[in-house]
Amino acid sequence: MASVYEEQTHIEQVARHTIAILVSNEPGVLARVIGLYSGRGYNIDSLTVAETDHIAGLSRITIVTTGTPMIIEQIKAQLGRLVPVHKVSDLTEEGPHVERELALIKVVGTGEHRVEALRIAGIFRARAVDSTIDSFVFELTGSSEKVDAFINLMKPLGLADVARTGVVAIARGTEAL
Amino acid sequence: MSKNEMTGAAIIVRALIDQGVEAVFGYPGGAVLPIYDEIFKQNHLKHYLGRQEGGCLHAAEGYARSTGKVGVALVTSGPGATNAVTGLTDALMDSIPIVCLTGQVPTHLIGNDAFQEADTTGITRPCTKHNYLVKDIADLPRVMHEAFHVASSGRPGPVVIDLPKDIQFADGIYQGPEAFDHRSYKPKTDPSTEKLDEALRLMANAKRPLFYVGGGVINAGGEASEDLVKLVRATGFPITQTLMGLGAFPTDDKQSLGMVGMHGLYESNMAMHDCDLMIGIGVRFDDRVTGRLDAFSPGSTKIQIDIDPSSINKNVRVDLPIVGDAGKAIDYLLKGWRAKKMKADGAALDLWWKVVNKWREKRCLSYTPDKTIIKPQEALEHLQAAMEKDAREYYVTTEVGQHQMWAAQYLQFRQPHRWMTSGGLGTMGYGLPAAIGVQVAHPDALVVDVSGEASFMMNMQEMSCIAQYKLPVKLFILNNQWMGMVRQWQELLHGGRYSESYTDSLPDFVKLAESFGWTGMVANDPSELDDVIDRMLTTEGPVIADIRVDQKENCYPMIPSGAAHNEMLMGPGAVQDADVSAAGKALV
Repeated sequence: MASVYEEQTHIEQVARHTIAILVSNEPGVLARVIGLYSGRGYNIDSLTVAETDHIAGLSRITIVTTGTPMIIEQIKAQLGRLVPVHKVSDLTEEGPHVERELALIKVVGTGEHRVEALRIAGIFRARAVDSTIDSFVFELTGSSEKVDAFINLMKPLGLADVARTGVVAIARGTEAL
Repeated sequence: MSKNEMTGAAIIVRALIDQGVEAVFGYPGGAVLPIYDEIFKQNHLKHYLGRQEGGCLHAAEGYARSTGKVGVALVTSGPGATNAVTGLTDALMDSIPIVCLTGQVPTHLIGNDAFQEADTTGITRPCTKHNYLVKDIADLPRVMHEAFHVASSGRPGPVVIDLPKDIQFADGIYQGPEAFDHRSYKPKTDPSTEKLDEALRLMANAKRPLFYVGGGVINAGGEASEDLVKLVRATGFPITQTLMGLGAFPTDDKQSLGMVGMHGLYESNMAMHDCDLMIGIGVRFDDRVTGRLDAFSPGSTKIQIDIDPSSINKNVRVDLPIVGDAGKAIDYLLKGWRAKKMKADGAALDLWWKVVNKWREKRCLSYTPDKTIIKPQEALEHLQAAMEKDAREYYVTTEVGQHQMWAAQYLQFRQPHRWMTSGGLGTMGYGLPAAIGVQVAHPDALVVDVSGEASFMMNMQEMSCIAQYKLPVKLFILNNQWMGMVRQWQELLHGGRYSESYTDSLPDFVKLAESFGWTGMVANDPSELDDVIDRMLTTEGPVIADIRVDQKENCYPMIPSGAAHNEMLMGPGAVQDADVSAAGKALV
């Protein structure tokens, strides 16, 4: 006699989705969202949250998550069920959107390495926001891939520390959440 | 002081009264004393003192399940709140509207590991539909009323309001429960009429249709069940019900195939497997219902009507998902079917019924009576016959295990809200405290807790509560001296190694009953059964009937873990240890 675990006849493709959630900015709302993900075994690749409308008391949470189409559908339905959630929008599914991340990257080094780091920063349009004679802190915005690429290039040049915000995203065009 | 100026504790009690609450199930403690003081000063709502907070929550659930109204519990901070967690989770799993008020240490002590402090909102976040921590007296009236709205609307569920003690003492202004529009919480209740029209078209063209209904129909209110009966009659289709849905349609009706699922009836499961149109209403395709997912009803078009979008496509992909209130959907389908003078495919339906009736001929619930040992199935059949004859309306609660499944198989429910059982969470110890809530809500009704001796002992302290309020609850213990379902699984899946499933050192249930002022009686022999049942029903006040049943009896039919609907075990000897795969054993 077989079991559900053995007889999955086809494996559904796992896809990356960027989901924007508009919530009431009240205590515990982030814990509700995160608890839902951990409790039901969903993935969080990146999460950002900040108040976006102080007067209306609204915050926007952006979550990058991966899952099969059925799981992604569940995630959205489960998020929609939370009482303080106003709106859930799957930016990946709903059309073109812009995704950006901000990173602060500390590179420590002298001589050739230091010059090369500064030159690559120029190519990536990263700004040096802090400098000592043997270190830089670069500020870089862009897609996650661009940030990844820059960090990889900095590794042999004295990469010391990285802080990233995680993805924020917004739909292109006139549509608003 | 203006008429609406009052303390937080007074606001709480006033809000309960204005919400129409008549019964509160609770247990006092330091952090809720101001509320208990207000309860003392009024005569509108009655407080029922449980014997442990876990019991209070199940009592509130029993009240809610048997009335359709919100059940209210009141417990103190710390251990009071943590004891409430099982009942809250139970209510969440079975969609039962509960408002649970928990005391909390004063706001300035929160986070200091104060005496009897627990992070109640943190602990209960995953086991409630929503929860609140009231830190400002100005929020209190709104939160109180909002909690009732959230608990009872959409897909019902438990709501916790955590109430720091200083808020209970603080002065505030009471506001009544005026209609308000919640900023973000707006459950969709109106189903799409286009989709329902599509459902009607599918129904008219189906060759092997089947209604599959669950607790959502019961939660939609009595009218939903009445309309469901009319719809099922108008279409002539067979109908199967989940454990939660028993009574949404009369279970002994000729169109009813009985319960579906792991211990469902043969005809029900076979019909699920072979139907070509499944009309799911208020169901969530739970794993106890579906069995092996990739073999679940392979040839059917599936319609699912549910108020909770997250219940749709969770386990089983459906072809026509319809989000909305089950009652509204059934009403639309009934009116549509009638107005358009729709007809089922008569010839195909006749053929389908012939197939279904063949399955019925298997008589899957038959068992072999014994001259000397009472069979649990026999005990329930006799109980059913006696309850039929009783002039009172009967309500049944259960604990969890074999007795629960037998009760679901052998007892009949013709109306909603008559059958209270812990389905999703499977909480042993549920039935006795739940019976308190049922009997409080229906003082003149016959309330029977069909129990096992092991489950009963999990919350037997509530016998004291039942005695205090003179609630005439009848406790019908199918006593086989084993955790029967554990024993059954050990027999079928673990080579008969009965690890820790024997209930040793049981009390003398007759003496136990008498010590609480109940009446106790025992049946050892089939010849004593009817007499004991009759005496149980006719004796005034609460009764324990200790029915000593066959220790070896197993519950069939059974879909073993990881098997499909058409792979049911029909009786003893049908399964060997080796038949169930390792992965199947890993399933619960």
